[in-house]
Amino acid sequence: MKFAQNIIDKTRPLVEKDGKRNLLYPLHNALETMAFVPDHTTHSGAHVRDAIDLKRTMVTVIFAMVPALLFGMWNIGRLHFTAIGEEAALMDSFLFGALKMLPMITVTYAAGLGVEIFFSWKRNHPVNEGFLVSGLLIPMIMPVDIPLWMVAVSTIFAVLIGKEVFGGTGMNLLNPALTARAFAFFAYPTWMSGDQVWINTKGGEVVDGYSGATALGDLATTVGQSMDSPATESVMAQFGTGGHYSFMNAFLGLIPGSIGETSAALILLGGLYLVFKGVGSWKIMLSFFVGGLAMAGIFNLFAVNEFMGLNPLHQLMLGGFMFGMVFMATDPVSAAQTETGKYIYGFLAGFFGIMIRVFNPAYPEGIMLAILFMNVMAPLIDYYVVEANVKRRAKRVVHA
Amino acid sequence: MSQSFKIRKGYNIKLVGEASSNDFGQYNASTYAVSPLDFPGITPKLAVKAGSKVLAGDTLFFDKDRPEVKICAPVSGEVAEIKRGAKRKILAVLLLADSETSYAKHGAFDLSKGDREAAATHFANTGVGAFITTRPYGVAASMNEQPRDIFVNGIQSGPLNGDLATQLAGKGEAVQAAISALALMTTGKVYVSHDLDAPAVPELQVDGATQISFSGKHPKGLVGTQIAKVAPINKSEVVWTLNAIDLSIIGRAILTGEYAPEYKVAVTGSKAMNTGYATMLQGVNLKELISANINTDNSRLIAGDVLTGIQLAADGFLSFGKAQLTAIPEGNQTEFFGWVLPGFGKFSTNRAFWGWLFPNRKYDLDTNMHGEERAFVVSGEYEKFIPMDIFPQQLLRSILIKDIEKMEQLGIYEVVPEDFAIAEVACTSKLPLQQIVRDGLNDLRKEMM
Repeated sequence: MKFAQNIIDKTRPLVEKDGKRNLLYPLHNALETMAFVPDHTTHSGAHVRDAIDLKRTMVTVIFAMVPALLFGMWNIGRLHFTAIGEEAALMDSFLFGALKMLPMITVTYAAGLGVEIFFSWKRNHPVNEGFLVSGLLIPMIMPVDIPLWMVAVSTIFAVLIGKEVFGGTGMNLLNPALTARAFAFFAYPTWMSGDQVWINTKGGEVVDGYSGATALGDLATTVGQSMDSPATESVMAQFGTGGHYSFMNAFLGLIPGSIGETSAALILLGGLYLVFKGVGSWKIMLSFFVGGLAMAGIFNLFAVNEFMGLNPLHQLMLGGFMFGMVFMATDPVSAAQTETGKYIYGFLAGFFGIMIRVFNPAYPEGIMLAILFMNVMAPLIDYYVVEANVKRRAKRVVHA
Repeated sequence: MSQSFKIRKGYNIKLVGEASSNDFGQYNASTYAVSPLDFPGITPKLAVKAGSKVLAGDTLFFDKDRPEVKICAPVSGEVAEIKRGAKRKILAVLLLADSETSYAKHGAFDLSKGDREAAATHFANTGVGAFITTRPYGVAASMNEQPRDIFVNGIQSGPLNGDLATQLAGKGEAVQAAISALALMTTGKVYVSHDLDAPAVPELQVDGATQISFSGKHPKGLVGTQIAKVAPINKSEVVWTLNAIDLSIIGRAILTGEYAPEYKVAVTGSKAMNTGYATMLQGVNLKELISANINTDNSRLIAGDVLTGIQLAADGFLSFGKAQLTAIPEGNQTEFFGWVLPGFGKFSTNRAFWGWLFPNRKYDLDTNMHGEERAFVVSGEYEKFIPMDIFPQQLLRSILIKDIEKMEQLGIYEVVPEDFAIAEVACTSKLPLQQIVRDGLNDLRKEMM
């Protein structure tokens, strides 16, 4: 501890040589404040302060993501070995996934923090913590085999266009992690969708009956087919008990998909942790869930195809719904900021997410698009909520 | 039947070092100081110069724009020095006290005549008008205004606040006189608030006032909360506020014409070696009291409580209107990876640390910021501590961009800086909320004048 303090103290003069304008200063400052909570004391207003700071808030979110992340690592390994017909121990699967995942995480952090540090230097302010979470979210919503340079380009785009052009952490309109994914989705569609990208099959021959599609991809094939055609029936058999995409498999996460999004159970666990810690908004999560359930329920009533006819709860366990609900929609900066607004924002994001997914099967990533859309709409929702307060106040004057 | 309200939004910051019932008796010093900085919104114009002889209750300085706002000498004696800062800004008027205080003769005020003009003049001339704050803006009130209502705050629920029942004991006659005089100043009501969770203050069971009572969490003890619950302030309305502890001083000025701003000051905080109450005049030099009762080694000395108090030097003077001294440790040390550790012993209003498992624990808090300033990130945080029908973050943003119209629409008339104090403590982004609100009120006032 003393040792770390010494290193920091010794290196400080090096980066402060030309004032605080050295490009390395923000990096040094970031590492210093990360290692040691600074010795700053209060100088205006209240004399005591809460122990919480943005670092604490962000690290709480990271803790909440860890179970889903670890599961995701194991799951990509498991899917890989199953696809090429090999038996693999739990550790082997996990290591396979970890070796895929760690480079992606490293590249994301390096690319994103590089941009952040550059802007900190440019604008002469400390590095913000926002990217700690974004940097882990981005790899978790990518397919396993996406090339690292695409991850890097998407990340840089997201931080630059999604965040820094608006003024940095706290000012952004869109969720940076989803911006990265949306960029990758539209820029490199062949790497982000279809039935080739979700499972790594290198190093072996795929076994008979192997399918690399996701549940939503398969469901999309039933749209426009008659509901009792053999193709549709064979797909829907996978959604029944014991099937590949059974409710239980989807809930536990034993299905292909983006790395971190598959396990509804562990994501829910993370969500409960966030709510319990008071960091994630339960209002957004709950209304998001209700919104999705409402849309899926309405579809279920009119079930003109099997996609619409799927059990509403089952529908919510697929794709990015749960991950979006817990980790994406709740981003406090891009979500609605008023408490009433949060209910509306969450409900509509969940509602539209399912709607886009089912109405336009070419976009199984409906959740991503719905949340980004609602990010843009959130200020409007807030505007009307605040305006109601303004009107109420104005009315008081008239009555008085 | 008095109205009663329960305050659910808020937070009681529990600290070690509550004032014991120990009575230190009378505390005097040879030097006193009155600082214009204790009166936001005043441009001081001196009525005395170095060497002037003054009586207790003689005007030391007044507001340039509103000459009826007068700040008076707490003791008789000689003006030793006018302390000035950059650009000759007046920092304090230093007084060398006589051994025996003689009072300026303002005469007793005859309440039975019911003359508002005369009451206003008496309030201004005796100096007790300075105890009254006006909303909007949160500045010293001009006695020439006609307030809609007057709110007397009888709740001291802030961190380590003294016990009002102890501090007002035996002052019943003066308190009643003050309330009767205040009732002349408004065509509306005089409200007196009571804390249902604290020992009752029989002195405040007065005639001529509307009794309101509160229970629950702090900020029930902020008059802004009380106004918001009872009768919120609208644009172009004026409401006066004062603390119940000041009633005894006002009452004495009514009954005898003497200005004797004397409090039973609560000496509190974890760095206080002896806690208790000492009776003293405002502006008194605290050097001896502090050296006898407070461990000054790496301590922060505060006149008032940790939420809204004013930092004092070890040889400082008691600030105007503060009936509490708090001494807490300075937090000028770093902490290794403090943001990752579970933090069982850490104070937080947030469940992100595990300390919330022990809601009744008392903390020995220091002045560490626990982080660096950031932009607004977390939403819905301030609302939890401000029991008013306003949107705090939106209001703060409108202040930061100096949008006067938006500030008005979002209810800046209803708030003063202290209303944001708990939110400031809790703020994840470590933003100076009270300063922002003060700046906003100043901008607004400039615009309106």
